[in-house]
Amino acid sequence: MKKVTEAASVYVPTAEDFVPVSSERKTDTSAESVGGSRHDTVKKFFAQKSAVVGVVILALLVIMSIIGPYLSGYDYADQELDRSNLAPKVPVFSEMGFLNGSELLPKTTGDTSHNRYEELGISDVYYIFGTDSLGRDMFSRCFMGLRISLIIAVVSTLINLFIGMNYGIISGYFGGMADVIMQRIADVIGSIPTLVVVTLLMLVMEPGMGSIILALMLSGWIEMSQIARAQVLNVKEMEYIQAARTLGAGHSHIIFGEILPNIIGKMITQIMISIPAAVFLEAFLSFVGLGMPPGSCSLGTLLSDGFKSVLIHPYQLIPSAILMILIIVGSHLVANGLKKAAE
Amino acid sequence: MGKYLLKKILISIMTIFVILLIMFLLLQFMPGSPFNDDKLSPEQIEMMRQKYGLDQPVIIRFFRYVANMFKGDLGVSYSISANTPITTLIARRFPVTMEIGLVSLCIGTFAGVVLGLLSAFFRSRVMNVIYSVLTLIGIAVPSYLLAMFLSYCLGFRANLLPMLYDVRDPFTTSIMPVAALSFMVMAIIGQFTKAEAMDVMNSDYVLLARCQGLKNSTIMVKYILRNSLIPVITMVGNLLVGLLTGSLVIEQMFSIPGIGTLLTQAISSNDYNVVLGLCFLYSGMYITVRLVLDILYCFADPRVRLGGTKS
Repeated sequence: MKKVTEAASVYVPTAEDFVPVSSERKTDTSAESVGGSRHDTVKKFFAQKSAVVGVVILALLVIMSIIGPYLSGYDYADQELDRSNLAPKVPVFSEMGFLNGSELLPKTTGDTSHNRYEELGISDVYYIFGTDSLGRDMFSRCFMGLRISLIIAVVSTLINLFIGMNYGIISGYFGGMADVIMQRIADVIGSIPTLVVVTLLMLVMEPGMGSIILALMLSGWIEMSQIARAQVLNVKEMEYIQAARTLGAGHSHIIFGEILPNIIGKMITQIMISIPAAVFLEAFLSFVGLGMPPGSCSLGTLLSDGFKSVLIHPYQLIPSAILMILIIVGSHLVANGLKKAAE
Repeated sequence: MGKYLLKKILISIMTIFVILLIMFLLLQFMPGSPFNDDKLSPEQIEMMRQKYGLDQPVIIRFFRYVANMFKGDLGVSYSISANTPITTLIARRFPVTMEIGLVSLCIGTFAGVVLGLLSAFFRSRVMNVIYSVLTLIGIAVPSYLLAMFLSYCLGFRANLLPMLYDVRDPFTTSIMPVAALSFMVMAIIGQFTKAEAMDVMNSDYVLLARCQGLKNSTIMVKYILRNSLIPVITMVGNLLVGLLTGSLVIEQMFSIPGIGTLLTQAISSNDYNVVLGLCFLYSGMYITVRLVLDILYCFADPRVRLGGTKS
């Protein structure tokens, strides 16, 4: 206020000075100021070796989840009961003496080596990851499971992001009574353990992808909203927001044009943390018996099926376990890289 | 301070009621019935429903449930072990879960703090490798996979440790479950402690203390240790949730007779009352721990006390 009066003594403002600048020019300036720092962040991100490794791992996983189920020539759901429990057999390695379809079977008299391919007379057949107890190809199943798990994780995380970000921005931006009430509601919902929400919801609903996504959504958005709100509170009093407000920008322009571009980095980091957590929870549900219905497959069902036979056929567990670990490692490396790049 | 605590306590109590109401309503929409035995005729099922008061409207049952709860009565089990009070069922199994959970939490937190501090103080190449490998394994390998790996290698192949839990020998039989659970705790606490310790070590007040010629050990204990460990308190609440989820699967894996296995059984046999009681127990535990941690943090960090709110 004081500044305005000081300025007025020197310069007499005309009516045109109080006309809001056209939206075209405003978006222009904001894009310029934000664009520069964003370019820097991207550069810093890719300068880190571990972050690049993480991106490569995640990219490979996504590609394999798309094409993987069709590579082996066997469908993920086709059962061939006389070809059950075949150990992994890989074309080149089998000549060299390992991964050739033999497995050590624990017997009371000691471990004995078996090669079911030879016993069945199908020496020319190759199952890279072996088959499960119903004779289904583990290779197709693993990547199909990866696809389902990734879809569940990504969709639920994006919905969480949408709900949580809107909730957090509204709560943080408008403040006052709205903030207090919204935060109390979030407090109450946030104090219910995820385990309890997910378990109860899965009991009530039909098992399937939709209900798993809904269950993950109900508890996941709170964290997103907290981060969004904290970021908004940080950014809200910055000069450029005040400048936009002084120029007469409306709430929607300030929120979507000024605040959003500046908090999106933190939100992306949070996405990379949430995705493995969702994969993790899905696997947990399968273990407790509330996961995907029998017949379909996800990493969770593969892991819990693999666990049942791990003592006799450990190869049925290993590939899905490795995929699970790769998802977590990949997202972890990317999240760390993003955090460091933003600093 | 008093106002802050009062607010926290009020919110906690309110939350417990909201949870109870939501759970109760949700369970009404649950498909299936606890009495799905083909041998029961419709009349007999109706009699059972009357006996347990399931024919009353939802709202009456809710208030009756809450009223009974104040008397320490969570109802009886319908199908797992018929007519046994749920408090008895829980009382029998709760100590086992608690023991394993708390031991894992303590071991994991201690190991994590030690790991984090060591890697912050001694920044040698070897230490860095040890730190990175341990934290990466702890974060990337879910506790149930670690448990499977341990039980296959140590239990099945090497035959060193028993693979199933035995009430008569709780020490040796719980080594593997505790190891699997505490690894994750160690990794998360380790990372957090290292970041905090580095922050404190690079801060101006530690530099000032150094300039004043304070002994290294004094700086270590009075400045670095104290200031980097306080924030760790906040982590424990979040870790507890992870432990609860993890222990549910681990208990099943090692057939530990704790509340995790009880919950899984109750889910598969539609035993509403048991599910309700256990979910309530889980939520109650979680909320209480969060409240206690908030209060502890309030005492440990004067900024929270003076600021009134923490956000």
